[in-house]
Amino acid sequence: MEVTTEAKRIMVVALGKLYSSRTQRGGLRLHRSLLLTMVMKSARDMYHAAQETVEWEAVEQQQSPAEEPTDAQMELQEGKPLTSTGEEVESSPAKLRRDAYNKENMSPPRPAQHSRKRRGKAAVEPDFLPCKKAKLEQKSSPHQLILSTVLLCEYMNCSSQVGAPPAPMPVQRAIAAC
Amino acid sequence: MGEDTDAPPTLNHRGFLPDHNYVTEADIISTVEFNHTGELLATGDKGGRVVIFQREPESKCEPFSQGEYNVYSTFQSHEPEFDYLKSLEIEEKINKIRWLPQQNAAHFLLSTNDKTIKLWKVSERDKRPEGYNLKDEEGRIKDLSTVTSLQVPVLMPMDLMVEVSPRRVFANAHTYHVNSISVNSDYQTYMSADDLRINLWHLDITDRSFNIVDIKPANMEDLTEVITAAEFHPHHCNLFVYSSSKGTLRLCDMREAALCDKHSKLFEEPEDPSARSFFSEIISSVSDVKFSHSGRYLLTRDYLTAKVWDLNMESKPLETYQVHDYLRSKLCSLYENDCIFDKFECAWNGSDSVIMTGAYNNFFRMFDRNTKRDVTLEASRESSKPRAVLKPRRVCAAGGKRRKDDISVDSLDFTKKILHTAWHPTENIIAIAATNNLYIFQDKLNSELH
Repeated sequence: MEVTTEAKRIMVVALGKLYSSRTQRGGLRLHRSLLLTMVMKSARDMYHAAQETVEWEAVEQQQSPAEEPTDAQMELQEGKPLTSTGEEVESSPAKLRRDAYNKENMSPPRPAQHSRKRRGKAAVEPDFLPCKKAKLEQKSSPHQLILSTVLLCEYMNCSSQVGAPPAPMPVQRAIAAC
Repeated sequence: MGEDTDAPPTLNHRGFLPDHNYVTEADIISTVEFNHTGELLATGDKGGRVVIFQREPESKCEPFSQGEYNVYSTFQSHEPEFDYLKSLEIEEKINKIRWLPQQNAAHFLLSTNDKTIKLWKVSERDKRPEGYNLKDEEGRIKDLSTVTSLQVPVLMPMDLMVEVSPRRVFANAHTYHVNSISVNSDYQTYMSADDLRINLWHLDITDRSFNIVDIKPANMEDLTEVITAAEFHPHHCNLFVYSSSKGTLRLCDMREAALCDKHSKLFEEPEDPSARSFFSEIISSVSDVKFSHSGRYLLTRDYLTAKVWDLNMESKPLETYQVHDYLRSKLCSLYENDCIFDKFECAWNGSDSVIMTGAYNNFFRMFDRNTKRDVTLEASRESSKPRAVLKPRRVCAAGGKRRKDDISVDSLDFTKKILHTAWHPTENIIAIAATNNLYIFQDKLNSELH
């Protein structure tokens, strides 16, 4: 689907820009990083919403093959996310999936630190992400990890390492460093 | 306003462009500012230098050479620094220059890079004392036996020398990158704004500043917006405005509280849901905010538009001007080549009737608020021969009906961007920074503003 391809490309470009900004002269630019993070978030939401729509459509078609593609899907293909029909599509099947996924991934309560994990929306892992998973006590998707560690490392310290970008830091160490 | 901007434009080339068109990055102009009378024009560049131009006094014998700007002084304002604690380099690029109103023979200006603000004194020396008793002309100590009489040293004229000295250094007050400075109308205080905080300084005190705005969240993961620009009201010393990356403006009154986190007025235009796209957040971020000279209006610039707001109306802007709407369908490519992050500035003319802002391809735009007419002009060597009249340009959509001399959207050069412009406070003279070149255009036919 065009939307997922575009969303994927936007996310990859955003990640690339975020990483390259760490070695940029003058340090990390907070405004730019924030905008990139927002773009990545909306692309990710779009991507997941589109993925769920595809799956939901597949499920629907299995049940009633005579149904036509919805207007929502057409609009999504044009790359205009978050229209009212788009949100409607997202409601019931996506919500069920999300809750199921959350239950799977819910870690035992941690008394000392609050959970920084973002609730994922889909079980499908995007294929463009790097294979290397950072070590974490808490299980979360690598994509979320990259996002949250980039934010944590950079916003907490407002610094950039001169030279090669550092490997994603475990969450606990990042908290202790501040 | 006369759309036919009758030059003579003065081309002050500050950068050397070899044949292969490579621009030295240090020469890229990063800020332009007229002083309060318009007699002086200061520019700052990425290399940390400040160049001040002075307008030649008008001479009656050569009417066409009157009012040209020539280099008055050049000095190194900021040097690159290294923050050892955070392992990060601090760029010497001059982000903003602001002049202080002139109170004596000397001129004062504030210049800032990402972290440090400096107050510079610019003074002239055109006399020097001569006739010392103990020293000779070259400064060597005289043999006392040759001194037979006493004389009083007298001041003799000498070639004009412009001296620039740093009078104050306001350092170590900003964790994030400083994007704005603004001198208060009380002429005693000024503010500096970074991404998350705004500090109030007294011009005479460098070791202490007051934090007046702090939007840093307790948890940085909750960060949703940053401060992009800030300015004091031109007449009311208690009021200032700051813009955010979310496209909102906040007017704050320092009389209400010591920490102005709670705004007095919030200017926000509701988002059009049908125009929503991946890049809505980026293009709605306000890159510049300027009070009108009257203090009644605000001018803001975001990626595609310029908006005039009435201080009395918070719900929506008074006027919206499309700067280059033809880029709306190109946002994805502009995002990939980083142009979507460009921060364009905007300017009012002296009478607040015309607004100006830059665009790509060395184009800049002017909008007349009264006649609702607008014009696109180009700052380039080819089109700016001395005394030439600038020809209005037009950008047509790709594949659309094209007139002669029109330029297609796909042919625009996105490396040639006009981010910084300034308008003389009282006359129709504008300064346009195009990468490493400064263009000064004058409207001779309509030199008085109306």
